[in-house]
Order: sequence, then C-alpha cells, then structure tokens
Amino acid sequence: MSETAVRFDKASKLFGSVRAVDAVDLALPRGSLVTLLGPSGCGKTTTVRLIAGLELATEGRIEIEGRDVTRLAAAERRIAMVFQSYALFPHMSVLENVSYGLVVGGARRQAAEAEARQMLDTLGLKGMEARLPAELSGGQQQRVAVARALVLRPQVLLFDEPLSNLDARLRRRVREDIRDLQRRLGLTVVYVTHDQQEALAVSDIVVVMRDGRIAQMGTPTELYEQPADAFVADFMGEANVIEGEVIAAADGRARLAVGGSKIEVAMRAGRPGKGRIAVRPEAVTVLPVAAAEGGSNAIPARVQRAAFLGQHREYELETAAGALFVVAPSGAAAFAAGESVQARIDRAIWLG
Amino acid sequence: MGAAGLARVAWICAAVGLLVAPWHGLEGGLAELGAWPAGIATPLLGLALGDRFWLLPPLGLLVLATLPLFGLGNAGRILTFAGAASVAYIFAQGYAIGLRGLEWSWLAPILGPEVPAQAALGWGGALAIAGFTGICAAGLAARGRFGGDAFIAFLVIGSALLLVLFVFLPLLRVLQAAIYEHDQFAPSALIARLTASEAWSTGCVADGVGCGVVWNTLVLATLTGVLTTAIGLAFALLTTRGELRAVRMFRALTILPLITPPFVVSLALIVLFGRTGIVTQWVSYLFDVPRSRWIYGMPGVLLAQLLSGAPIAFMLLEGTIRAIAPSLEEAAATMGARRLTVFRTVTWPLLRPGLAAAFLLGFVESLADFGNPLVLGGDFDVLSTRIFFAIAGARHDPGRAAALAILLLALTFGAFAAQAYWLGKRRYVTVSGKGDSGVPSPLPRGLAMGCGAIALPWAAFTAVIYGIIMVGGFVHDIGRGDMTITWRHFVTAFEVEMQAGGAAFRGAAWDSLFTTLEVSAISAPLTAGMGIMLAWLLARQVFPGRRTLEFMAMLSFAIPGTVVGVSYIMAFNVPPIELTGTAMILIICFVFRNLPVGVRGGIAALSQIDRSLDEASATMGAGAFTTLRRVILPLLRPAIVAALAYSFVHAMTGVSAIIFLVSAKYNMATAYIVGRVEAGEIALAIAYSSLLIVLMLIVVLGIERVVGRVQIGRRGGRGENEPAEPAMRLGA
Repeated sequence: MSETAVRFDKASKLFGSVRAVDAVDLALPRGSLVTLLGPSGCGKTTTVRLIAGLELATEGRIEIEGRDVTRLAAAERRIAMVFQSYALFPHMSVLENVSYGLVVGGARRQAAEAEARQMLDTLGLKGMEARLPAELSGGQQQRVAVARALVLRPQVLLFDEPLSNLDARLRRRVREDIRDLQRRLGLTVVYVTHDQQEALAVSDIVVVMRDGRIAQMGTPTELYEQPADAFVADFMGEANVIEGEVIAAADGRARLAVGGSKIEVAMRAGRPGKGRIAVRPEAVTVLPVAAAEGGSNAIPARVQRAAFLGQHREYELETAAGALFVVAPSGAAAFAAGESVQARIDRAIWLG
Repeated sequence: MGAAGLARVAWICAAVGLLVAPWHGLEGGLAELGAWPAGIATPLLGLALGDRFWLLPPLGLLVLATLPLFGLGNAGRILTFAGAASVAYIFAQGYAIGLRGLEWSWLAPILGPEVPAQAALGWGGALAIAGFTGICAAGLAARGRFGGDAFIAFLVIGSALLLVLFVFLPLLRVLQAAIYEHDQFAPSALIARLTASEAWSTGCVADGVGCGVVWNTLVLATLTGVLTTAIGLAFALLTTRGELRAVRMFRALTILPLITPPFVVSLALIVLFGRTGIVTQWVSYLFDVPRSRWIYGMPGVLLAQLLSGAPIAFMLLEGTIRAIAPSLEEAAATMGARRLTVFRTVTWPLLRPGLAAAFLLGFVESLADFGNPLVLGGDFDVLSTRIFFAIAGARHDPGRAAALAILLLALTFGAFAAQAYWLGKRRYVTVSGKGDSGVPSPLPRGLAMGCGAIALPWAAFTAVIYGIIMVGGFVHDIGRGDMTITWRHFVTAFEVEMQAGGAAFRGAAWDSLFTTLEVSAISAPLTAGMGIMLAWLLARQVFPGRRTLEFMAMLSFAIPGTVVGVSYIMAFNVPPIELTGTAMILIICFVFRNLPVGVRGGIAALSQIDRSLDEASATMGAGAFTTLRRVILPLLRPAIVAALAYSFVHAMTGVSAIIFLVSAKYNMATAYIVGRVEAGEIALAIAYSSLLIVLMLIVVLGIERVVGRVQIGRRGGRGENEPAEPAMRLGA
C-alpha cells in the first residue's frame, strides 16, 4: 500500500484560459482504490483523463509507477479505462472487443483470444463471446468493458462514472464486484464519481475536488468526520452549517455557544473563537420539550416540516441558531409540524 | 506512426525524388525513360551538377535532414525547416524559371541573363515534394505539434498542401489573369473587365438590344429558384399532408436528376419544342401557329433547369415538412383555429427556413448550370456559357474569362453567405427527442387543389421528357418526328466488330465511354478516401488551423464548375505543374470538386460515433492509425460507400468543369455528347445519354443494395436513415 502508483507534481490542464485542473499535487498509493469525487465541472474527469493520457498536462509533471508519462499519449501508457458509455466497439463481438488491446499490442490472435476468454470467464461472461455488444444487457456490457480493461494488466485501472448507466439495484452490486476484484487482484484503481455514497462505499481514499483543485483527500471516515471546510462537509453527506463560538475545547469535547444556548458536544480539533460549525443530520436527536435526557446539550426548537420515509424520518427544525435538518430513526418518537421540541446536538464539526 | 519512422520513410522518398527519378515530366510517356539517367529523364542531381545550379538547395536541405536520422541536432527544428524550405523552394524556382526561361525578371541579377527554359515537374518533383512534406510533418510531430502524432501531422500538412495546390492556387491564377493584360500588371484592366457593359448593360429594358450577362444570370437564377421551390412545395405538401400517397413515385423522380447528365433534359425539350419538334409540328398543323425558335433562349433554359431542379427542391421541402411536429398543428386546432388558419399561422411560418433553403439551392444550381444554357441558350448567354466562349470561342481572351469567372464566383459566394447568414439564425428545430404522436392535419381544400393543379401536370411533363430520352435513341430521327425504329444511333456510337483477335470497339463513342468509366472509377475511391480522411481529421483531431483546413476543404463546393474549369487550365497549363491534356487533370478535377460531399458525409457519420470509442482504443494501446483502421473505418462503411457512389455518379455526369479539360486523347462522355449536339446529331446524343442513365441507375441501385446490407450495430447504421440535408452549407 505504501508505494506510489500515480504522482501528480503541480499538474495543470488549461482549456483556453480555463484551468480545468489547477496545479494539483497528488500521490496515489499502489493497490488502493482511489475515488475522485466532486460536483460536475470540478475537474475530476479531466484528472482521470490526464492519468489516461487522453489529455496532456499543460503544466507540471505526471508519473505512473515512477515513470514520467507527462508527454506520453494514451497508447504509450500502461493504463486501461472503463468509460461511462462503456465504449464497446459495436462492430466487434465480445471476444474481439476484449482481445482488441492485446492484438493491437502485437500479441498473436490465438494467444490474445485465449487470454480474453479466461478474463470473460472470471467475470462470469462465459458463453457471450460471439455476441455483439448491442445484444447484451447494460450490466453485461459493463462487465465486458471491465474485462476489456483488465485483460491488459494495466498499472492503473481507471473508471469514469462507470455506474451511471445502471439502475439503482444493479449499481450497488456492480460497485461491490469492482471492489472485490480490485482487492483480489491488488489493482490500483482510480474511480470518478459524483455520488458520495458510492465513493464512501468502495474507496480506500477519497479525493474531493472543487474548481480544479483538491479540496481534501483522506479515508472515507476522515472526510466524513473531519471535513476541512463547509464545501467538503456538505458534499460528503448533508450538513447543517451554523454560526457559533467555541468557548473551550479539550479531549475531543467542546463547549459551544450557539443561538444563545451553551452546549457541550463531541468535537475534534476545535479552537476557542467564533466560526462556523457543521452538524450532521443524524447527530441531532429530537426530544419532547419535557424530556430530561436533553440535558445541557439541547437547544429549544420548533418542527417546521416532518416527513416519514419508511427507513427514517426527516425533520426540519427552527432554532435560534438557524434551521436544522435532522434525520431520525423511524422507530423513535414522532413529532408533527408545529410542535415545540428540543434538539440535542451530540456531535459537531468545527469548520473555523 | 512515430516521428522518427515517418522521417525515415519520407527521407527515402525525397532522396529517390531528387537523386533517382526523372525530375521533369515525360510528355512522351514511359518510353522516354530509356534516356535515363540523362537527357529528358535526368534526375535533379544530374541537372544540378550540370548548368542548373539553382537546383542545388534541395540537395543541401536533404543532407541537412539526414542529421536528425543519426540523432544529431534538434530533430524537430531541423526536420521542420528542411521540409518546409525545400517544398517552398521547389515551387518558387518552378514558377521563377519556366518555359520561356526566367519568368521573375527581378531575379536576373542573381541568375544571370541567360537562363535556360525549364519544363514542368515530373515524377521526381512529385516524390521530392511528398517526401519533404513528410519530413516537415515529422519535424512538427517531434516538436509536439499535432499531439505528437506524425501520422496526423502528415495527413494535415499533406491535405493542406493538396487543397492549396488544387483549390486555392487555381483561384488565385484566375484573379491574376483578370488583373494582367499582355503580361503587364494592370488593375485598370480588371476594373474595366468587371464593369464591362457586356456584364451590366441594361439595354434590354429600354430598347430590347440584350441585357448584360450578369442580369441574365441573376434573372434566370431567381426565376429558377422561385419556381423550383413552388413546384417542389406543391409536391411536398401533397405527399406529406394531402390525400395523395404517391411518395414512392416522387422519390423515384428525385433520383433522376442526380443520375442524368445535366443537359439531357434540354435535348428532350428540343425534340418536343424545337423548330421541327413534335409539339411544334402539331401546334403548327392544328392551329396554324408559325413555327418559331422560342425554346432557344431564356424560356427553354428555365424550363430545363426547372425539370432538373424541382425534384431536388421537393426532396428538401419534404424533409422540412416532415420535421414539423404535427402536435403544433393540433395545438392550434384545439385552440379553435380552422384548417386554413392553422396552415397560415403555424405550418407556413415553420416552413419558411426550408423554403429559403430550397430557393437558394435552386438559385445556386442555376448559377452553376452550364450544360442547359449551352445547349438551349441560343443568343441568351449566362455567365457560365460566356466564360466558356471567352476561352473556347473565336476570341480567346483569358482575362475576360477570368473577370467573368470572378463575377460568377461573387454571385455564388453571395448566395452561400446569404444562406449562412439567414438560415444560421432561423432554424426552427421542431424535432425533439420526445415522440410526437400527433397526426398531421390535412391540407385546406383549396390549397390541396392548387397543389394538385401544379404537381400533376408537372409530373406528367417530367415523365414525357424522360420517356423521350429513353425512346429517342431507338428511332430514326426523333428531332424531326421520324419515329421509324432503328438501331443505327447505337451502331454509330457503340459498334463492336468481332474479329479473329477478339472484339474491336469501332463505335465512335467507345473511347469517351471508356475514358469516362476509367476516370470515374479512379477518382471515386480517391474522393471517398480523401473525403473520409479529412472528415476524420476535422471531426476527431484537434490541431491549429483546423477551421482553415475545413474552409479549404468545403470551398470547392461553392465554386461553379465553369470557374473550376477555367481556373484549372489557367493554373495547370504551364510549368511547374503542367497537367492539361492528361487524364490526371480530369481525375484531380473530380476529386477536389466532389470532395466536400465526402467530407460532409463523413463528418455527419462520425458525429454518430461516440468519441469514447476512439479514446477506448487509445487507452488500450492503439495509435491513431490503428484506431482509424480497426474502429472508425469499419463503422464508417455506409458513409464511405455513399461517398463512393456520389463521386462516381458525379464524375460520370459532370460537364461544366471538364469541358475545358478534355482533350482529343482523353474525352469524356458528357463532353462528347455536347459535341454531338453542337453538330446537330441530337438522336445520337440522346442514345448515348440514355445509355449513361441506365449505367448510372445500375450503379446507384447496386450501391443502395450494398449499403442497405451493411447495417452494423446501434451506432454504425444510423447515418443513412436520416433525412438528407441539402448539401450546401459553406464552411459550417
């Protein structure tokens, strides 16, 4: 895990005067699954295309497995990519598609096809060899695209939003399949998505991007629990950002002043002073006004909206600190719009 | 292909061109190779070591280009410089020293007073230019241009050079010819020619003496544009919104003008309405109307242009009407509008861009038409025929021809610019991705009857015209109404005598037919290949100058054939590129004239192929060339076949450009037929024309069969089912 498979050294990509990727430094460990996450236009796709060599960096330097590939075209790098559209060649059979890379790389056709067959077996596509891509289901096409990439034994395997063409159920299964395969074969995978759940579910490392720069990079837990700023906090799951003041902080706990109340919550990395505080929807407990367990952590609130969603309930609360969006387990006590309640804040994140 | 690989191949090519191959052209054919390596077949090396020291620099540059091959020096800079400088120098010296010795007199102090005459470039020249172009491309690729891909660099530089040579340079030559008089630079001559009264006189308004040829052309083109649009609209409304469901028949009619040599309808018109024509005879017999030559002139030319233009307007307008979502009309109807109101307030406004396009298409086709005015014009001249007579007539005046060509070119460009300006803004896209389940509302009654009153007689008239062409070759003298059945015209043209040694093609027309087939068969694959390749470069590659290259590739579409013909004889009649009188000039002419259609077709088809296919191929280790060959070309097969068919058919039927370029040795069918018409042998001309039509029909139907069969996958086969957009957007 420790050695670097992909390294960006102040790499930039300009389209005209637009900096799609802006002086990015990056070191991705070998054998890990790294997710590039961000809203559309944040530069995540350009970053993966820079690794692929489909775009050449305007400035800076890019290394793959220690080799400088900054000026190498895609064909000269040892990468493989699974495209959003899968990009299967419609005029070639599944077998021809999967053996294509080996054949153009100079392998004998028979050897290439044998290897391709083996890879198709691994991915559960036995018997599909002679079919045309148009004759496969979406999920099968996706697996052919993965087989076609894997058969080349790439140094880095790239996925550009590979699940966006699949329905929700299939998406969960395929992402687990990709994760298993990556672990089993020890592959270095760079994976682009705009879906934070997908990113949290499969990644070793998540890179959150914004405006061509890296907003934060870390494990899923780090990013969720210690977002560097409001953008990351909001992008990695929902967050209520409120103004407040840290009065004292020590040992992962802090005393806060928010909306006229003083509360004590779990909080890492807090420094005394005024600033913004993020509160996750599930870090708030809604309690009846009279309830004793509110204690010193609760602030008075009023239910603006309440919705039952089966697995959980959602509330929108009005408090002196601002509006709070709260997710409560559906088994907990229910409140109706208009009711006065208390909101107990269990954990908070200091954004500074 | 890597830059180093290209550099090696290109270096060898250039070396062969300079050191081995005969530098100048061999007009006497390959037999003259016997003199090699001396005399007429001397390579550049021999000439340069002789008295022609000005040929030394390319040798020096070849040596310079050798250094990077052995890893010496900055490969990128050296190769780029050596390649570009050699190509430029070879052309410059070719223009500077021509058949009369020194052409650029300001060089006399350097080259001395007595410079020997220099012939045109030959195989050596061609190889050297190709090689140095490759060297230059390899240099640019090594410097990281064109994404570092030498293959793409070579294609871009090579095709740009070809387009400059065979599209741009000829036009410059026309300009030059118009601005020079007796070899003297004379801007006043250009102004005098451009404003001559033969072009602009308005005499006919006052005293009927005859108007300027520009006015003739404009009036004819406007009438043709308006009337083809009206007739086409009547047909289109009937087939899409009327009760009439004869779409198949009309579609069949639309194919005819595409495969008919442009002037053939004129022949049928002469047969019907000429002084001794069938209709003329009847009318004179029945009503005692004196026979006249009214068909020779504006009315006849207009009628001929309408016959060939109306089906094209129909095709275009039918597509426009079909693209109007019926639900729009239904919406209007639910809001209480009656049929006529719906048509007036919804359908008609949505049709207007289509009508403008149809009008401009008819207008431009009329401007470019040469065959019909030539055959039927009589004393009524238009620009295209006047240009021809200024070159081929008794008073050979290239300056005048060039000036007239500039006027015609200006009119055509004006029409294209108007189209781009007008239609660029007003394109109502009523086709959305959503399905439209509406039912088109039927035409208002009066309108339907009006359309019928135009369309049905016109259809009958068209049928009669083509009937005459099909029958005319088999009767004794249809021009005089002698309908005795005979084979004699076919015998005259296509007699085959069986001899001991095999068949002897004794018919008078065999030579031209063989040349035509040969030229068409050679130019079609070249056109399709170059067109598709350019389409791929333009649609898929990013490189500086892409828009300029696109403009140059599409430019020849807007140049009328007559102008192309004139420009070619002006540009390629003297060294350094001397091609007149060869079959090659015919082939080159067709390739560059038909190129834009191949490019457009290729770009349209490529837009159907997702770019991620190219990228997927690249990430799997395939270079641009492999991707092109294994992924793109197989998926482009329908577009390639369509380009092949188009260029083949147009090479068979074209007349306006090649009538300037044919020679006794290489005559083309259309030029031969025009010759027969001028000699009064109408029946023979009709016989030959009908044979051409049948030949072309076989080719077109055969190709349709093949294309129909190559449906591949989801993405591959979609292109050809789309409504044919009129092929007339300039550089867009």
